[in-house]
Amino acid sequence: MSVLKAESLTKKVTSPEGMLTIVNDVSLDISAGESVAIVGASGAGKSTLLALLAGLDTPTSGRVSLAGADLTALDEDGRARLRAERVGFVFQSFHLVPSLTALENVMLPLELAGRRDARAAAAETLGRVGLEHRTGHYPRQLSGGEQQRVALARAFVTRPAVLFADEPTGNLDTHTGERIISLLFELNAQLNTTLVLVTHDLAVAGRCGRVLHMDSGWLK
Amino acid sequence: MKAVVLALRTLRREWKSGELGVLVLAITVAVAALTGVGFLVNRIGIAVDNQAGEVLAADLRLESGQPMDDKAIVEAQARGLDIARTTGLFSVVFNGDINQLTSLRAVSEKYPLRGRVLLSDEPFGEPKPAQGNPARGEVWPDSRLAAALGVSVGTQVNIGARTFRVSRILISRPDQGATFLELAPSLIMNEADLESTALVRPGSRVRLAQLFAGPRTGIAEFKKWLEANKKPSEEIEDVEDSAPQIKSAIDRSARFLSIASLVAVLLCAIAVAMAARRYVHRHLDSVALLKTLGATRGFTLVVSLVQLTIVGLLAAVFGSLLGFGAQAWLVKALEGLLRGDLPAPGFAPLGIGFLTAIAVLSGFALPPLLQLSRTPALRVLRRDLGPPPPLVILAFGPAVIAIAFLIFWVLHDRRTAIAFVIGVAAFVALVAAVGWLLVWLTTRFRGGVGVSWRYGIANLGRRRAESVVQLTAFALGIMMLLLLAVVRNDLLNDWKRSLPEDTPNFFFINIPPDEHEQFTAFLEERGALHARARPMVRARMTHINGTPIDDIKFSTPRGREFANRDQNITWAEVLGDDNVITAGKWFTREDFGKPLVSVSTEYMEEMNLKLGDELKFDIAGETRAAKISSVRDVKWDSFQPNFFLMFAPGLLEGSQGTWMTAAHLRTKNPKTISDLVRRFPSVSVFNVDDLLSQVRSVIDKAVAAVQSVFLFTLLAGLVVLIAAVQASREERRYESAMLRTLGANRSTVLKGLLSEFAALGVLSGLLASAGASIAGVYIATRVLQIPYTPDPRVWFYGVVGGGLLVCLAGWLATRSVVNQPPVLTLRGA
Repeated sequence: MSVLKAESLTKKVTSPEGMLTIVNDVSLDISAGESVAIVGASGAGKSTLLALLAGLDTPTSGRVSLAGADLTALDEDGRARLRAERVGFVFQSFHLVPSLTALENVMLPLELAGRRDARAAAAETLGRVGLEHRTGHYPRQLSGGEQQRVALARAFVTRPAVLFADEPTGNLDTHTGERIISLLFELNAQLNTTLVLVTHDLAVAGRCGRVLHMDSGWLK
Repeated sequence: MKAVVLALRTLRREWKSGELGVLVLAITVAVAALTGVGFLVNRIGIAVDNQAGEVLAADLRLESGQPMDDKAIVEAQARGLDIARTTGLFSVVFNGDINQLTSLRAVSEKYPLRGRVLLSDEPFGEPKPAQGNPARGEVWPDSRLAAALGVSVGTQVNIGARTFRVSRILISRPDQGATFLELAPSLIMNEADLESTALVRPGSRVRLAQLFAGPRTGIAEFKKWLEANKKPSEEIEDVEDSAPQIKSAIDRSARFLSIASLVAVLLCAIAVAMAARRYVHRHLDSVALLKTLGATRGFTLVVSLVQLTIVGLLAAVFGSLLGFGAQAWLVKALEGLLRGDLPAPGFAPLGIGFLTAIAVLSGFALPPLLQLSRTPALRVLRRDLGPPPPLVILAFGPAVIAIAFLIFWVLHDRRTAIAFVIGVAAFVALVAAVGWLLVWLTTRFRGGVGVSWRYGIANLGRRRAESVVQLTAFALGIMMLLLLAVVRNDLLNDWKRSLPEDTPNFFFINIPPDEHEQFTAFLEERGALHARARPMVRARMTHINGTPIDDIKFSTPRGREFANRDQNITWAEVLGDDNVITAGKWFTREDFGKPLVSVSTEYMEEMNLKLGDELKFDIAGETRAAKISSVRDVKWDSFQPNFFLMFAPGLLEGSQGTWMTAAHLRTKNPKTISDLVRRFPSVSVFNVDDLLSQVRSVIDKAVAAVQSVFLFTLLAGLVVLIAAVQASREERRYESAMLRTLGANRSTVLKGLLSEFAALGVLSGLLASAGASIAGVYIATRVLQIPYTPDPRVWFYGVVGGGLLVCLAGWLATRSVVNQPPVLTLRGA
C-alpha cells in the first residue's frame, strides 16, 4: 500500500543566472514499511526533494500525497498538522530546542499532536535509545551522538507513518555514525515505519530496501 | 494551551540567553521613568495650584462690593469645605496727630485658608509665621504703615471709633496682591472688632470676600455651583489668576521633566527593538523546527507572544514599583514645594506603567515577532532562509503609532508634541545619515592601519546597516550621558544664575516723576543694587480694532479680567534681556513717537489679539490708539519691572504718571526701608522676598527633580548600549572562533574586536557631542529660556569617553568570545 507518492514533481527557483530547476519531473511511489535511500552528489537536489516530499516546501508543479492526503492542496498550517500526526524527522545538525531538556524535546511532537501521555511515552522512547539516564540534560550538555539519539527518539515517539532523515550521520564521527544508523534501522524495523533517507554514503544507502539516485534534479 | 505550556517551559532557559533580560530592563526603565515623572508632574500641577492658592489665601474666593448673604457659606459647609471671611475697606489710621490712609482688612477665624501671614516685631524685620489672627482689640499694621505712623509694638492707634493696640508688625499676608494693585499700606484686625469701629455704614465702600478651600474635586464642583447661584454683583476668583512668577518657573520645570522622561522612554524603545530583533534572530531555527514538527504559525506566534507578555507584565510591575518608589523619593526631595492635599498614590501610576509597557512592546517588539512566525519550516534544511521581508508599514507603523501615542499622552500639548516628534525623527534620521557616511568614510580609509584595526573596521563596513543602527543607538546613549554629565551642570548652573543672590527683593511704585532720580540716588547711597526704572501710567483698554471692549466676549476669565481692569503701561527705548521678541520687531528710532505698542505673549493669547491689531486706551481721560507692532515673551520670574503693554517712546511722556523700580536690599537692615518711607512718603514699597524665595525654592527643587529624572535617561542610555552590544554577540563569537581556528592568536582577535568597538565608539562620540551641543542650545533657549554657553569639553568627553565606554561595554559583552575555546563555539554553531 502506497504511503508516499510523488507525481511529476518539479521545483524551480530564480537565481542571478536565471531560472534554475532543482527537482525535475520526479515521480515515485513508496509503500508502507519500505526503506528508501536517496543518494547523489552535493547539489543534486536530494534535500530539496526530501523537503517537497515532507511538505516543508511547495513544488512549482506536480503533486505529493502523504498518508492519503494531498500535500499540494493543503496550506502551510494544514501541512504542519499532517506532519504532526504522520511524519518524523532526523536532521544532520540534530535541531534540538536548546531551551528544552532531552525529555522535553522528545515530548514536544507528542504535545503538538495533543497527546496526554507525552511524558511517559517520551521517557519510554528515550529508554529505547539508551538515554534514560540523560532525560534532564539540555542539548548543550550532551555529546553529538547523544543529541542525535534524542533526535531519533523525538522522530519515532509519535510512531510516524513516514520518517524523513537528512544526512543523519553527517555531523558525527564514523563510529558514532554507525551506531546511530544501526539504531535508526532497528527502531524502523521495530515500529514498522516507512523510512526516506537522504545520504551520500553508499554504505548507509545499501542498508535500505531501495536506492534512488539523484543527478542534477533528475531521479534515475 | 499547549503553546502557553511550551512558552512557560522554555522561558526559564530563554532568560539565561540574555535578550529577555535586556527586554525586561528596557521596559522597566521606560515604565519607571514615565510613572515616576508622570506622577510627579501631576503632583507639581497640584503644587502650582496650591502655590497660586496662597496668593488668594484660598482655593476660591467670592467677592462683592455689595452686602453678601450666607447662601454660599451654608452650601460650602454642607460640602465640608473650609471657610473664612474678609472685609476690606479704606480708612484713615491715627497715631496721635499723624495719620495715614490705610487698606483695612478685617479677617475671620481660619484666615488665611492657604499660605501664611508673616509677622515681625519691627517694621521690615525678620519675618515669622503668625499663629492665628489678631486678638480682639489688637491690630497688625504693615511695615509701611508702621513706618509712616511711627508706631511700634505696644503703640495705641485709633481707627474709627475705637482704639487698638499694635501687637505685631505685618510683614506679608498671602492675598496682598502680587500684581501691585493694592497700593495703600495695610492693616489686619479681627473681624469681631469691625462693628465697634463704626466704619461700616450703609453706602460705605466695603469689599467683602468669602474664602473657600478644600479638595480639588470638591472645589471644582463648588465653583460650578457658585457660577450657577451667585448674584451678578459677586465675582469668583480662583487659582488660575495671579502668581505668574511661580507658575512660569514650575511650568518650565514640568515641561523639562516630561521631555526628559520621554527621551528615556524612546531610548528604552530602541533597546526593546534591538533586543526583540536578537530574540527573533535566535529563534528562527526553533520556529522552523516547531513548524517541521507540526506546529502551526498561530502556535509559534502564541509561544512568542506569551513569553513577551510575561516579560512585559514583569517589567511593568518592576517599573511601576521603581517609578512609584522614585516618585515617593522625588516628592520627599521636593518637600516644601509640594504641600496641601496631594492625592493619595492610587492605581494611576500602575495604569501608566502597564500602558507604557504595552505601547513599547506592541510598537517595537510585536512587528519582529509577527515576522518570526512567518519563518518557513524549510529553514531546518536551508539555514539561509528567513521570514519574508515585512511590509514597511507593518515594520515601522506600530512603532510610529506607539511613539506618537506616548508623546501625545505625556506632553498633552499638541504643538509641543508635534515639535518633539519632528525633532526626534529629524535627529534620528540625521544621526543615521551622518553615521552611514562616517562608516563609509572609515572603511574607505582602512588601508593605512594594522591587521587588527583593518579587521575591526572592515567589520563595520561589512555590517553597514547593523553598524549604522548601533552607531545611532550608541550616539543617542552617549548623548544622554553627555547631557547628564556636562551639559546638565552648565544648564542648571545657568538656570540658578538666572536668579542671582542680588535679585531685586523690593519693588517701589508710585515714585513721583520729579523725584525718581533722587530716589535712585537714595538707593545707591545705601548700597542697594537697583534694577531699571520704568515710567508707569494707568490705562484702561476701550476698543480692539474699533469694537468696544464691552461688546467683545473673551473665552477665558483671565482675558475678561485683563479687559476690565486698569493696566499699568510703560514705554522704553531698550528692551531688557528678560524679554524676547517672538513676532514683529522692537521699536527702532524711526518708530519713536508713533502709536505702536509691544504686547506680552500671555496678554495676546488671553485676549485673542494678533500682530497689527489696533488697541484704544483711555489714559487719564484721553483716548489713545496704538497698533500692536511686536509680541514679547516675558520672563516674569526675572523679578525685574515688567509690563504686559509697552509703548513706543515719545508718545505718552506727557501723561500723568509715576515711576517704578526694584532693588535688592538686605532685609536685615530694616532701617533703610523705614528711612526711605519717611523720605519718600508717597512711594509704595513691596517686599517680594517671600515670593522670590518661593521661586528660588521651585527652581532648586526642580533642579533636584531634573537630576533624578536624568538618572532614568542615563539608565536608558546604558540599556541601549547593552542591547546594541548583545545584538551582535553571537555573530562576533562565531567570527572570532573562525579567526582563531585559522591561526589568529587571542590578542589579535581581541585587538580586532576592540578596534571595531573603538571605531564605533569614536564615531558615536562625535555624533553624540554634536547632538548634545544642539540639545543643550535647545533646552537652554527654548525650555529654560536662558542663554547657553557652549562647552568644548563636551567634544573631548564625547569622543574619548565614547570610544572608551563602547570599548569597555564591547569588551565586557564579548570577552567570553576570545576566552572560549574555538571548538566550543564552532560546535555550538
